[in-house]
Amino acid sequence: MSQRFRLSAGGRIDRGRPLEFTFDGKSYSGYHGDTLASALVANGVKLVGRSYKYHRPRGLLSAGAEEPNALVGLVEGPGRFTPNLRATQIPLTQGLVARSQNRWPSLKYDMGGVNDALSPLFSAGFYYKTFMGPNWFGKNWAWLNVFEPIVRRAAGLGAAPTEPDPDCYAQYFEHCDVLVVGSGPAGLAAAKSAALSGARVILCDDSLEFGGSLLSEAHATIDGVAAQVWLSSTLAELAALPNVRLMPRTQAFGYYAENFLGLAEIVSAQEREANPDAPRERLWQVRAREVVLACGAIERPLVFPDNDRPGVMLADSARVFLRRHGAQVGKRVVIATAHDSAYRVALDLHGAGVEVAGIFDLRDSADGEQPRRAREAGLTIVTGARIAGALGKLAVSAAKVETASGTQTISCDALLVSGGWTPSVHLHSQSRGKVVWDEARGIFLPGASVQRERSAGACKGEFGLGEALNSGALAGAEAARATGFAAAAAAYTTENAPDTLGGFLGDASGAGADQAKAFVDFQNDVCAKDIRLAVREGMRSIEHVKRYTTTGMATDQGKTSNLNALAIAAKALDVPLPQVGLTTFRQPYTPVSFGAFAGASRGDLFDPIRRTAIHDWAEEHGAAFEDVGLWKRAWYFARRGEDMHAAVARECRRTRETVGLFDASTLGKIEVVGPDAAKLLEKLYTNPWAKLEVGRCRYGVMLNEQGFIMDDGVIARLAPDRFHVTTTTGGAARVLHHMEDYLQTEFPELKVWLTSTSEQWAVIAVQGPRARDLIAPFVEGIDLSREAMPHMSLREGRFCGAPTRLMRVSFTGELGFEINIAPEYARSIWAALWDAGRDMDAVAYGTEAMHVMRAEKGYIIVGQDTDGTMTPADAGLEWAIGKAKKDFVGKRSLRRPDMIAPNRKQLVGLFTDDARLVLGEGAQIVAKRGSTQAIGHVTSAYASPALGRSIALAVVESGRSRMGEGLFVRLGDAAIPVSVTDPIFYDKKGTRLDG
Amino acid sequence: MLLIPCPYCETSRPEIEFRHAGEAHVARPLDPETAGDKTWSEYLYFRANPKGVIAERWRHVSGCGRFFNCLRDTISDKILTTYRAGEPRPDPQAPKETGR
Repeated sequence: MSQRFRLSAGGRIDRGRPLEFTFDGKSYSGYHGDTLASALVANGVKLVGRSYKYHRPRGLLSAGAEEPNALVGLVEGPGRFTPNLRATQIPLTQGLVARSQNRWPSLKYDMGGVNDALSPLFSAGFYYKTFMGPNWFGKNWAWLNVFEPIVRRAAGLGAAPTEPDPDCYAQYFEHCDVLVVGSGPAGLAAAKSAALSGARVILCDDSLEFGGSLLSEAHATIDGVAAQVWLSSTLAELAALPNVRLMPRTQAFGYYAENFLGLAEIVSAQEREANPDAPRERLWQVRAREVVLACGAIERPLVFPDNDRPGVMLADSARVFLRRHGAQVGKRVVIATAHDSAYRVALDLHGAGVEVAGIFDLRDSADGEQPRRAREAGLTIVTGARIAGALGKLAVSAAKVETASGTQTISCDALLVSGGWTPSVHLHSQSRGKVVWDEARGIFLPGASVQRERSAGACKGEFGLGEALNSGALAGAEAARATGFAAAAAAYTTENAPDTLGGFLGDASGAGADQAKAFVDFQNDVCAKDIRLAVREGMRSIEHVKRYTTTGMATDQGKTSNLNALAIAAKALDVPLPQVGLTTFRQPYTPVSFGAFAGASRGDLFDPIRRTAIHDWAEEHGAAFEDVGLWKRAWYFARRGEDMHAAVARECRRTRETVGLFDASTLGKIEVVGPDAAKLLEKLYTNPWAKLEVGRCRYGVMLNEQGFIMDDGVIARLAPDRFHVTTTTGGAARVLHHMEDYLQTEFPELKVWLTSTSEQWAVIAVQGPRARDLIAPFVEGIDLSREAMPHMSLREGRFCGAPTRLMRVSFTGELGFEINIAPEYARSIWAALWDAGRDMDAVAYGTEAMHVMRAEKGYIIVGQDTDGTMTPADAGLEWAIGKAKKDFVGKRSLRRPDMIAPNRKQLVGLFTDDARLVLGEGAQIVAKRGSTQAIGHVTSAYASPALGRSIALAVVESGRSRMGEGLFVRLGDAAIPVSVTDPIFYDKKGTRLDG
Repeated sequence: MLLIPCPYCETSRPEIEFRHAGEAHVARPLDPETAGDKTWSEYLYFRANPKGVIAERWRHVSGCGRFFNCLRDTISDKILTTYRAGEPRPDPQAPKETGR
């Protein structure tokens, strides 16, 4: 029968708009305005999931964000599968498809349910105990072979989606004067008093509708009108104000430093239907000058055996389903409570035709206004009762209660429980505010504020309707005044909204006997006995109990369980509850999708991509690219039929035979200008600069203050007060930061200006014996002759008519030039060189060939052959240190005892005994075959076309004193014999530099 | 995300515009060559790491690019004041008014 638990009238659903949906493949119907949870309630579906550890059948515990049990997967077409959503927060839509989780093959017949029977094996601390043994057939055998495979298969909630998410997610920054979190009576009153003052107000609430507890209020009046009427007129009033932003379906999930809050908005189905480009969710990063927290309170369950049976539900949630959705949670209910508010639930249900089989109150007396009304209505009320269990397996069938007249079993199809209300102090706590214990009421309340925030309403312990409204009005006015607006707080009068009192913490005496499963944390399957076991096994602080039992560590963060767990631990330890401590509340309040955090940062937009001006040419000519930082660099240019190895060998050979073109645009470039430019370079590089002639270049080594190589590059002097500094591709930003640091803070007296020019100069390297022949026809105003333009010089002139800084430098060991040119001309100049090079058999080479050729020459790459612990001496660069210099950054450190120790690792070359074998970069080097004591490692290894054999660079302890020595490189269990050699493999005298 | 008042821009900006640059007032010895090994290694490696108020350097790297100093309470993560490089460390009890 369809929706047999639905009332014919009442609630905030639209019976004129029926909706069809499926849950686990079965079709049901509901109405617009339903949540998935309320529609399941209306259809009499009790069983909605299996629990995490024991695979116990579970039903809805609540109607809100605190729901621990009803986690479902939502299937919305290809790529649109979302696991672990709370059914209580999913708006029902036409054709919605939801699946239960944690069960196989079906929800009713779940194989994992065997865990429930085996539960003695899975006691608290199970994971720790199995991680530590038992060592049945050797160390950790049981863990590796038995438990880990089982745990891995069974672990986790839901299933991760397997396809890319086709939806988009937006991210916004927002500012406001007053942010109000929560739209119950306190939040609405706060928003209203702040908004009327003119302050910019944001009101957010994680529910589908604003109103909080007012949405299920049927009897109370506010200022003489029905609560629901007051709600709609207040919302209309707020919506009409231009200074108010109303954000339903928006969770304030995190409170960060300086009143910075994270809000996650679920975009409504209506908006997404109207606009196909609308995002699925929006992440709002809000900087609020003042914050009002009106987050309400969460009802606590009672802890008793089998209190997790489907149909056992928080009492007030039954009222929410009834009032908001016109759905009855059962036809015959039993109520077990320690709080007056459950009597209000009983009265509402009774009035809606639900049989209330009895109200069993744990307290010895119940004399409040609501109990009095329940008595007047003729409901059965038993005080001093004890709830001893729930019967039934897939759905509750009866409640077992103990009263003065003995144990009774009372049949029912819903067992409603209330242990009282826990103020939601999560955001206050996240803002670094402390909480204080209210002994009389057994609740934690927000203490002094650390940031610009204040709490109002139930989250501050002000549970009554009138109390909440007036507390909210005051908080809103105070917040607005703090931002400079003249705000006044309205005074509200309420009628027919009697206060409710009561509350109970922990497990009732005897209710959690050690055989029974009396659940405290439903989502992580933690029972009262687990917490007592943790205490017996020596856990004293709640932080330890929490980690040992995992109580409060599920995705619901113990919203319904923390206080009961604390009370049980306190009782077991026999100390006052506050002494056990309270665990820290973490962001997010409820889980936020990865999509919202990722926003647009996916695919092409995940990271910026930097392309050189010559990129497209390289792509058109078959380049494979490698990522170097954010840069795409041409790696090698394979011709048809060539693999990488063949392409690189050809590129190297032809460059050394004739000429090669290389895109070196990614090099970092810094223009150092000013009367003290040379002085600054003297301080920041090991080399001397004062006497470098204009038009000449020098290879510079930069150390950090610790004396380790930080960067290197060629530096040219353009004028007495102007230098063109180059850095490594990856080091450009770091080097400029380092230069600025010393210039601003250590040597502020120097008159120097630093400018990054990396993007202003494209660089084409032309290398090889015919380099001069290739470029000569394009050069104007520069004498290229060997005498006029020697190695390591720079000339300014024109190249193809465009202004150039032409450098004669080499990173291959061949005659070489680097043409610095404005990027807008680079591609056409490259193409002109390429065309002219045809006659010479010129080649374009990529970074791999560049690496091979520089390694043949023993030129290091900072970051590959050095690792942040290499001194110039270690790298064989003592020659680059200006001996006469009194000081430079890092100089003093080079004299520290460890820096001159004889066994430091030094850069050497390695030859493998087997000339064909190319070593692995990073491989460890040992002195004896079979040794595991590394004395160094391989930093670079290539097949060298120039030598016709493999070569490697390595750092080895006392390497330079080991020339000719035989060592071994570990490769798995094998040891490859190598011999130590000079790191310069090719043209040791450097004669080829002159072409 | 912290809001950091830049003493050069005289405005508070979000933390992502800045880059932390270690403890402040660790002066480089004026003549490193005469510094003993102990003095030098303390300059290089020894830092205060206090529980409470720390003076530290920040750079407004996505703004004016200037390095400046800041007093921050490491317990509350509150920035007490910021001041220009070269200025003496202020008294944290009397934080000066900084621009907003």
